[in-house]
Amino acid sequence: MHFLLRRAIFYLIAAWAAITTNFILPRLMPGGPVEAVMARHEGQLSDQAVNALHIAFGLDPNASMWSEYVEYWRNLFTGNLGLSFTYFPTPVSTVIAHALPWTLVLLGVVTLVEWILGTFAGIVVGWRRGTWVDAVLPLGAFLRGIPHFWMGLVIVTVFAVTLDWFPVSGGYSSDLLPNVSVPFVGSVLYHAVLPALAMVVGSLATHMLSMRNMMVTTLSEDYVLVAEAKGLHRRRVMLSYGARNAILPNVAGFALQLGFVVSGALLVEKVFSYPGIGYVLFQAVHNQDYPLLQGILLITTFTVLIASFLADLAFFALDPRTREA
Amino acid sequence: MSTDWTARPSATPADADAVLEIRGLRVDYGAGAHAIHAVNGVDLTLHRGEVLGVAGESGSGKSTLAYAASRLLRPPGRTVAGEVTYYPAGAGRQEPGIDVLALPPERLRKFRWTELSVVFQAAMSSLNPVLNVATQLTDALEAHRPGMTRRQCLARARELLELVNIDVARLSAYPHQLSGGQRQRIMIAMALVLEPEVIIMDEPTTSLDVVVQREILARVMELRARLDCSVIFITHDLSLLAEIADTIAVMYAGKVVEIAPAEVLCQTPSHPYSAGLLSSFPSLHGPHRTLVGIPGLPPDPRALPAGCPFHPRCGEAVAACSRDVPALFALGQRHQAACLVREAAAHAELNATDSRQASPSLPGRAER
Repeated sequence: MHFLLRRAIFYLIAAWAAITTNFILPRLMPGGPVEAVMARHEGQLSDQAVNALHIAFGLDPNASMWSEYVEYWRNLFTGNLGLSFTYFPTPVSTVIAHALPWTLVLLGVVTLVEWILGTFAGIVVGWRRGTWVDAVLPLGAFLRGIPHFWMGLVIVTVFAVTLDWFPVSGGYSSDLLPNVSVPFVGSVLYHAVLPALAMVVGSLATHMLSMRNMMVTTLSEDYVLVAEAKGLHRRRVMLSYGARNAILPNVAGFALQLGFVVSGALLVEKVFSYPGIGYVLFQAVHNQDYPLLQGILLITTFTVLIASFLADLAFFALDPRTREA
Repeated sequence: MSTDWTARPSATPADADAVLEIRGLRVDYGAGAHAIHAVNGVDLTLHRGEVLGVAGESGSGKSTLAYAASRLLRPPGRTVAGEVTYYPAGAGRQEPGIDVLALPPERLRKFRWTELSVVFQAAMSSLNPVLNVATQLTDALEAHRPGMTRRQCLARARELLELVNIDVARLSAYPHQLSGGQRQRIMIAMALVLEPEVIIMDEPTTSLDVVVQREILARVMELRARLDCSVIFITHDLSLLAEIADTIAVMYAGKVVEIAPAEVLCQTPSHPYSAGLLSSFPSLHGPHRTLVGIPGLPPDPRALPAGCPFHPRCGEAVAACSRDVPALFALGQRHQAACLVREAAAHAELNATDSRQASPSLPGRAER
């Protein structure tokens, strides 16, 4: 348990550092958010309005940095992340709460599916190293090299525009009301197919290649030879001796990727106008919506930390060597 | 399934009590003109209850021989010729042997560990780091004795740890929690789990310090006697073999250059290389003496010298040695060596005793 306790302390410190950075960053930027808003209104803002903006951002020139920092923490604990410009006057927390489920469902499922499929394919391809199966390696390297958004464009062109099998954009059919009903859920799944496909193809190849390479390295270990000499069943040698050891780096890769699920697949969501966090993030950047950007940054940071912690737990379960020291 | 796959019609052992017969075994690394002939035509017979020592420098092909005989050779290694025949215990002499090199995959899997197990050289890396000792001791039982319950398997694992003097509590330990000596003893326990007829030990104690080495060897020999299995013991340490082996085969450049009962080989080695090996190790019990190394380096297997591969390093080489490849010739009842000089001398002696007239000319290889 000692190991887990130390990790937990590490993550608390990391979370504090991330939150503090998130607080300091806007204050270090030249110009800053208020100037950006002023520029948008071409300077036609009264001094009162400018002052009000400063206070709204928590950038009150009369308040001390320290009192702002305390205020910032208080807001954080009450879930007050400020108001979004883009969706003014909706609070940032509400905007994120609306976009997050879309991204979590789409990317969560996609990440899980591509990791499981990719890892399993890697195990099999690695096990059959040196046979005709190795022919998938150049194909895998090619698919891994294709950016997701470009794959998205190709997929939209082929399956949505030319063949008209799937919708071009959106998260659900516009003539349905969001509720838990069969037509609505069906529509959501229908709309998710293409964006999911755009992301799965490349990442699956990435996981497959890394797993395959680790598998080949592991299979040359002495203990795998011992397992073969013992006349164990092939599946046992492949899974308990090969894959069980080879999977550790892939678990780390999975956790890292899981952390970025919440930040959304910005470009893919943009290509498909998918109502997830990535799309909101794009809007926020486009509109210089500082409160929204900060909110998304914060959420992303937390999920990366949580995902890393999950990876640590997985290592703890999978590798007995991490359990002491 | 019929036994067509494995039965060799002519396969009755040349020796009545042979358990493993290796005939004309050749192993190459790589293919074509650049192939390295790591094992270059080896004949060996392991007798029931015997400890057969195989000695040689690194690169002599002794480990490759063991891997090839147990079908564990990995690419680019390939067995290109030869036969390995196993004669199961209890089978009558009429019973055909099992052609190990021709076993189909599932038969091979069943053959492994139940009939022939291996103790590998690298104790530190031979255990799976993510499985505990109990799992690694019992998974062979689960694979080969499907009828055994979990409880029975664990009881057997406990018994084995006691055999090799390891605390039973270590069953739940992981490899990284064990010392090198403990790991090696667990590897030995693992090899005994199904009580196979043949155990191949590939330098089982090389990575250990001398004290642990002695202790483990004593235990191995004690267990061997108790379980009555046959052992092929591979090492570079000839003086160690002198103590534990019944028969010793000395390998050089992929060939057996001398084979003899242990005491014969250690007291009156015939091949200059065997003599060199013996004088380069301190004896564990014998009197102090000056150690002499063998000059030069083991030959490059990609470019073996013509004639006898040992001749560039041999103090007794004559002209014929760089021209003719020596073959094994009989020096005594169970003593063979492959040396042109010794063969000539033996012939001379024979002729002298036969006809009281010496003829010191070297015999050509054509004789054999």
